[in-house]
Amino acid sequence: MSRTFLGMPPFPKAAEAAVADAQLRHNLHRATRTIRRTRGRAVAEVDDWEALRAAGAAIKDRTLRHLDRYLEQLEEAVTAAGGHVHWAVDAAEANAVVTELVRATGHREVVKVKSMATQEIGLNEALAEAGITAYETDLAELIVQLAEDRPSHILVPAIHRNRAEIREIFLRAMADWGRPAPADLTDDPRALAEAARRHLRERFLTAKVAVSGANFAVAETGTLVVLESEGNGRMCLTLPETLISVVGIEKLVPTWRDLEVFLRLLPRSSTGERMNPYTSMWTGVAPGDGPREFHLVLLDNGRTDVLADAVGRQTLRCIRCSACLNVCPVYERAGGHAYGSVYPGPIGAILTPQLRGTASEADAALPYASSLCGACFEVCPVAIDIPEVLVHLRERVVEQGGRPGERALLAAASWTLGDERRLAWAQRAAGAVRSLVPRRLPLGPAAAWTDTRDLPEIPAEPFRDWWARREKEDGR
Amino acid sequence: MNRSRERILARVRAALADVPRDEEPAPVAVPPGRAATDGLVDLFADRLEHYRARPVRVGAADLPEAVAAALRRRGAGRVVVPADLPEEWTSRCEAELVADDGLDPAALDAVDGVVTGCAVAVAATGTIVLDGGAAQGRRALTLVPDYHLCVVDAARIVADVPDAVARLSPVRPLTWISGPSATSDIELNRVEGVHGPRTLEVLIVSSPGTGA
Ligand code: SF4
Repeated sequence: MSRTFLGMPPFPKAAEAAVADAQLRHNLHRATRTIRRTRGRAVAEVDDWEALRAAGAAIKDRTLRHLDRYLEQLEEAVTAAGGHVHWAVDAAEANAVVTELVRATGHREVVKVKSMATQEIGLNEALAEAGITAYETDLAELIVQLAEDRPSHILVPAIHRNRAEIREIFLRAMADWGRPAPADLTDDPRALAEAARRHLRERFLTAKVAVSGANFAVAETGTLVVLESEGNGRMCLTLPETLISVVGIEKLVPTWRDLEVFLRLLPRSSTGERMNPYTSMWTGVAPGDGPREFHLVLLDNGRTDVLADAVGRQTLRCIRCSACLNVCPVYERAGGHAYGSVYPGPIGAILTPQLRGTASEADAALPYASSLCGACFEVCPVAIDIPEVLVHLRERVVEQGGRPGERALLAAASWTLGDERRLAWAQRAAGAVRSLVPRRLPLGPAAAWTDTRDLPEIPAEPFRDWWARREKEDGR
Repeated sequence: MNRSRERILARVRAALADVPRDEEPAPVAVPPGRAATDGLVDLFADRLEHYRARPVRVGAADLPEAVAAALRRRGAGRVVVPADLPEEWTSRCEAELVADDGLDPAALDAVDGVVTGCAVAVAATGTIVLDGGAAQGRRALTLVPDYHLCVVDAARIVADVPDAVARLSPVRPLTWISGPSATSDIELNRVEGVHGPRTLEVLIVSSPGTGA
């Protein structure tokens, strides 16, 4: 995956460093608490949220179970609408395809709208090697790019930076990339946003090539969908002559009408808004409106491996809302960087080891980056049973013979839950290593935990109680 | 390239070995959105207030004056309009009107604002949807200028997202707009106005017979 993460220390070590960083912990705590509160309100407003959530999960399952036919359908629809479809088995091929497409335009600069898929494949670095400069245009991604940093949250990638740091970064680095920041720049968020607007304005107005991802791709109609807030997405999707979208094969939904479910689920679950400021939908090319050339690059890069695992498959339902990060006690303490990939938090802990395998110590440790409290499952808008997949992956790590988990959890215990809980947590994790955890996580006594009710705050207790009782009964 | 296509599809099929070949995609029960009730215009206006998108309600006869007044308040001297914007809407304007005939981005950046209609509006979420149809123009028009004045015929307001999706055609490029552009990227402080229009104003026009 992204080469920016190569050489990352394994999760426990990285987490330890993060926990020691008081500023980071403070930022994260404040941020996750704020988002949880807003999200709770937005979700509570929808009467049938649980039914909507079930529908979201069912549509995604349906997509995944028939993915081959939907992929073919999507290709046909995009092509019929004047777009071009490319297929990429892995990161290297996707990067090569995009590089070649950019080269063919004769331009050497591209504007980019935030896309996890392109971060996953390390596209910016690949383009740079080919002499092509990619400009990130999402405010947070701009901060990350200017600081030569890494994103730490799916929704707010620069959450680890405070306003004073952002001001410093703008003053120091904007001039290297284009229009400099005004010398009298203050750390007022308004002033910082204004500086970003000015810095990027000229670039948008003259951009010829854009690269994006997509939140959804509709198989039936060939329509791509991007949800965003700032308008940088609209700029990239509308003004350039050529648009290249890199989209994971799990982003499909079968029909146009399916969007009515996800347009209700995603904004509320992600930013806690009734609707995000801007959503763009386009089907191929539209004469006289927007890009004249449209390329869709369909990316596998390990996704078919995830699909092949009957337990892990549900991971591909993920719509990247980031709600699971904001309720995760481990994420809140460890921060996004500790996960060593572009996918942080609970979703990263299950997605990364499946995409990349668990051969490296860093990736084998990821399924242990959890106390199995179940909060992530409770909030997930497509009801991914993250604890179930975590336990499944732990078993896989153990079956492989290596026990990096053992080492990982010893180090992990000291940062995850603090001294007083260390023993209990370590025992629990050790239990998982020894495959003593049931395949299917709590049923019956923990019905409150497993049903699909959504709670705005961390609802850890029912599960913990259940677990404590179970361990006593087991005589440990 | 084609080889990769075949390879990926083969991998997908192999991965789905547990799915019976003759299984048909299962139908999914989708909960309906909010029911269409009488207070849709109120709800829509309330949601817009929440985004600080400044809704103003006017009767059809007062629309030309309302458009002129909004532009005056804004101090917009030159505004771009889609070529097919009803002339009547801007008949009282003092501002210079620039009809879009394929203006380049720099020219769009030089005007003070844009006036358009919309295809559909969603009450439950305070959303306006543009589909490039009548009185809306191409997407760049409502993106580059810093001020967007949108005229919403009350008859176009639907209750919730499912109603809007049902009415729209994906063949057209669609833009769903819910308030002015915004970011929360700096310490989660909401800042309105980044790259899209920093000010969105909405005139809700009650049409005779809708009781709105
Ligand atoms: S796993 Fe669920 S909660 Fe987490 S980002 Fe994906 S969809 Fe959202």
